[in-house]
Amino acid sequence: MSDDEHEHELLVSKIEDGTVIDHVTGGQALNVLAILGIDGSRGERVSVGINVPSGRLGRKDIVKVEGRELTPAEVDVLSLIAPNATINIIRGYDVIDKHRVERTAVVAGILSCPNPECITNAREPVETRFDVLDDGVRCVYCESIIREGLAEHIEVERPSV
Amino acid sequence: MRHEHVITAKGLSRADIETVLDRAAELEAADSRAVELHRGKILALLFFEPSTRTRLSFDAAIKRLGGDAIDMGAVDESSVTKGETLADTVRVIEGYADAIVLRHPSQGAAKMASEFVDVPLLNAGDGAGHHPTQTLLDLYTMRKHVGLDGISVGIMGDLKYGRTVHSLATALTKFDTVQHFISPESLALPANVRYDLHEAGSTVREHRDIEDVLPELDLLYVTRIQRERFPDEREYRDVAGEYGIDAAALERAKEHCKIMHPLPRVDEIDPSVDETNHAVYFEQAHNGIPVRMALLDLLL
Repeated sequence: MSDDEHEHELLVSKIEDGTVIDHVTGGQALNVLAILGIDGSRGERVSVGINVPSGRLGRKDIVKVEGRELTPAEVDVLSLIAPNATINIIRGYDVIDKHRVERTAVVAGILSCPNPECITNAREPVETRFDVLDDGVRCVYCESIIREGLAEHIEVERPSV
Repeated sequence: MRHEHVITAKGLSRADIETVLDRAAELEAADSRAVELHRGKILALLFFEPSTRTRLSFDAAIKRLGGDAIDMGAVDESSVTKGETLADTVRVIEGYADAIVLRHPSQGAAKMASEFVDVPLLNAGDGAGHHPTQTLLDLYTMRKHVGLDGISVGIMGDLKYGRTVHSLATALTKFDTVQHFISPESLALPANVRYDLHEAGSTVREHRDIEDVLPELDLLYVTRIQRERFPDEREYRDVAGEYGIDAAALERAKEHCKIMHPLPRVDEIDPSVDETNHAVYFEQAHNGIPVRMALLDLLL
């Protein structure tokens, strides 16, 4: 059994019902939870592995959310910070669906615009919206392009873990 | 025109642009004073930043079309000082007017405002973003003098913050033009405009010295370098002096090369250029009337 499979065994298979987000880019697990708006306040049981050894990625993060099945619409936005992530839907300890996150065309309300002159940073009733480019995202309002450090611009509340 | 709002020049197709320019030519030829096609229509002018030419030419344009303008006036005399959002302001004003002209210091302000209203909204400048109606009058002026295809255009000055530059450069990608960008490194084209130019298949040709490219140009579009972009007066003076043009320098230009400027100018075009055949910047400003009339005529 490879390290990766061993970790999989330890960290993934012991969940009865819910979602396992695997192969998350190392160090991005808390951002994944932030984007998904999961902070444990609704009683979900959440387990997080950070910088776990991975055969494919070298190191990876892994997030288990018990009692909640995440939809593709909810998780595809993760492609911005964790393009290799795989989503495992678990029922009765079995993986009943497994897929990779897919690139979204638009990201709404997740990222803040780094341009201080952008109208989305004024006190206006407007949600941020970014078009997803091949190598970054672009604000649909001020048209600024963010190519690096996307996670730094996540504006949703951080989970209190 | 299919468009309800005019937010960026990029959002206008070549056909849209030509429709506006053709209509502007008709209105100009028809003696614009006599055209009263939109009697009773009201245009709201919301300028959150100072403006002379844009505000007055929109005012004149709607009046020459037989309509009238209502003007928010200076920001310090309006509800903005009471903390009203732009979204609320435009939602109220759309009940008073048939179209809204908006200038605002924040980039993306016109795009956002357009999402809150059903009447046509025209972006008259959003910070360092875009100024598409200026671009239409620029293109109208260019078409008259040098045409819009098969020409070489130089754009010089503050390319980073200059919204007229951003709109013009993206609009010119719809025509067969070669664009040269002349600026200090610190005021070069921003990443988002470069992205649009590359997406449109244009090559960004950059120069630090106007001398390198002046003899090739059919048209030179000069913009003002603003003092506040520089940490100190001396650095500003050094840079501003380098990115100006005078009649002597123009001896190396093609005889038919035209000089344009969105105005106001400071020192970047020496008054010695005014009397040469190269200068078309005052006519360019006058063209704001037929072009804005045409735009309103097509949108109202």
